[in-house]
Amino acid sequence: MNEQSGITEQDFRKKIFWKWLRSAFLRSLLVIFFVMIAVFFIIRLVPGDPAVMILGEHATEDSIEAMREQLGVNLPVSQQFLRFLSNIFRHGDTGDSLKYGISSREMVLRFAPVSLSLAGFAMVITVIVTVLLSFLAATHKDGIFDHIVRVIPAFTQGMPVFWIGLLFILLFAVHWRIFPVGGMKEGPFGLLYSLTLPAITVSFGQIPPLVRSLRERLVEVLNADFVITLKAARIPSRRIFFGHVLRNAFVPTLMLFSVNLSYLIGGTLVVEQVFGIRGVGKLLFEAISNRDFPLVQAIALYCAVFVVIISFLTDLIAHWADPGTEA
Amino acid sequence: MREKRIRKKTLMIGMIMMGLLAALAVLAPLICSCDPLEQDLYNVLKAPGSSGHLLGTDQLGRDILARLLYAGRTDLAVMVLAEIIPFFTGTFLGMVSGYFGGRAEWVITLVTDTFIAFPYYLLVIVVAFATGAGIHGIFITFMLVGWLVYARVARGVTSSLRRSEWVEAAKIMGYSDLRILVTEVFPNVLPQAVVVLMTDMAALLVSIVTLGYLGIGITPPTPDWGMMISEGQSFVTTAWWLSVLPGLMVVYTGIALSLLGDGLADFWRRDSV
Repeated sequence: MNEQSGITEQDFRKKIFWKWLRSAFLRSLLVIFFVMIAVFFIIRLVPGDPAVMILGEHATEDSIEAMREQLGVNLPVSQQFLRFLSNIFRHGDTGDSLKYGISSREMVLRFAPVSLSLAGFAMVITVIVTVLLSFLAATHKDGIFDHIVRVIPAFTQGMPVFWIGLLFILLFAVHWRIFPVGGMKEGPFGLLYSLTLPAITVSFGQIPPLVRSLRERLVEVLNADFVITLKAARIPSRRIFFGHVLRNAFVPTLMLFSVNLSYLIGGTLVVEQVFGIRGVGKLLFEAISNRDFPLVQAIALYCAVFVVIISFLTDLIAHWADPGTEA
Repeated sequence: MREKRIRKKTLMIGMIMMGLLAALAVLAPLICSCDPLEQDLYNVLKAPGSSGHLLGTDQLGRDILARLLYAGRTDLAVMVLAEIIPFFTGTFLGMVSGYFGGRAEWVITLVTDTFIAFPYYLLVIVVAFATGAGIHGIFITFMLVGWLVYARVARGVTSSLRRSEWVEAAKIMGYSDLRILVTEVFPNVLPQAVVVLMTDMAALLVSIVTLGYLGIGITPPTPDWGMMISEGQSFVTTAWWLSVLPGLMVVYTGIALSLLGDGLADFWRRDSV
């Protein structure tokens, strides 16, 4: 009897998981499709004729007409949209960069590694510091440190990320000369060294709100009945902590990062500008000032699809660990 | 008892800080007789406290105090005005999706998910670029993006209210859905939405300033804190205050709004219990 109910519970969990997986997967695909639509129409908000913008006011009628044809903007919007979609699905591309004349996908891929290392580095810093600080605050609840951790978000929420970057440059690069002011050094170590200050900048604003919510969750778990029971059973507190508390706090932490991911990527784009790093952010601003529409489109599209895929994967891990997870 | 006093204090301090800021912005012409655009090319990059310029001058000899005050006028006004439409559309859409559930909820969450998939700054930058730099670009950008947070909060509150006794009672009385939404649901959603408004205004100000820093926000010569930070960046080794002071204004505003939000949340929580 007992055994049987155990099996059905497992089956039930499995069933919930598969059901979630199917709907979440379909949903992610739908979101990616809508992202494509959104990118297409946002770019079409740009006033004026792109052909005139590229060639300048004084171009001849013929050359403008030829450029319109080349860009495909002479077609009705519905056909332009179909062409845009078929380009993406057939070539995985949004067309050639107007400025450089090569595929916009190539351009993004060329600049992506630096940005991805910066974002990844910032993610690692964020995870380690967040987990460390929230454990310290939760285990010493209502201590001085706990109070500080709870107040800090009020100060950091209004701090522009580029301003934090400037302060860090001022302190660590100009005043103490520990880190370079900007640019990139050669080699893997040089890369790590040049990316340290930017990565700390990106994670700086992310950490306080994350600590606040993880601390809350940890306090909840530490006061849960099962922890009190374990304590009463004289199980060593270290084992309770690592064996039970940590596991229960894992899923909500993962969900937090999934939610925060898009802010992290956005912060990376802006911070690259402060430190003069040649990544996707730099490429984006160059594309914007050159009015290079296909390139702007490609960057927006790839960033969004990247976020959708990564947050799908983190949700997947969270649900696999605990099929009952909300959202 | 002590806790209660502290909470009351949070609201008070937030109100005082915000009031001070609003007064500085509104009364800027009375506080400082100088022009934020006037160039004093004989007194360039002066340190704070020198030759009649209380906070010094920038690379064109423009008075920094005047620029800080006038930039505050613009930035704070844009911050408040750009928040109005998203506040109402977001709250409304959230209430509708939470109240009716089903298909309306599905569509609205799909749209929300799509927007959330874009890294926030990427979306803001691309939309601001597409609509053109300047104040109207900022308004359009936040009309498109700003409603998301309100929709999420309003949907949460509404779907928990949907099964409440009041709503059931109102339905039995034969009230229309619209009337229930306006008279029963909205008063309950409003406090939460206002708390979100406070934190979201801080986030919006940071975005306005970020756009200004990137050169696609408020257009020069109108002073803006973000542009001031970006202009000062070239002189960060010799005249650090050029970039640090405008940033401090943004941080100050953020703290004031955050205290106000926390204070209001506590105020309403105590009220409803």
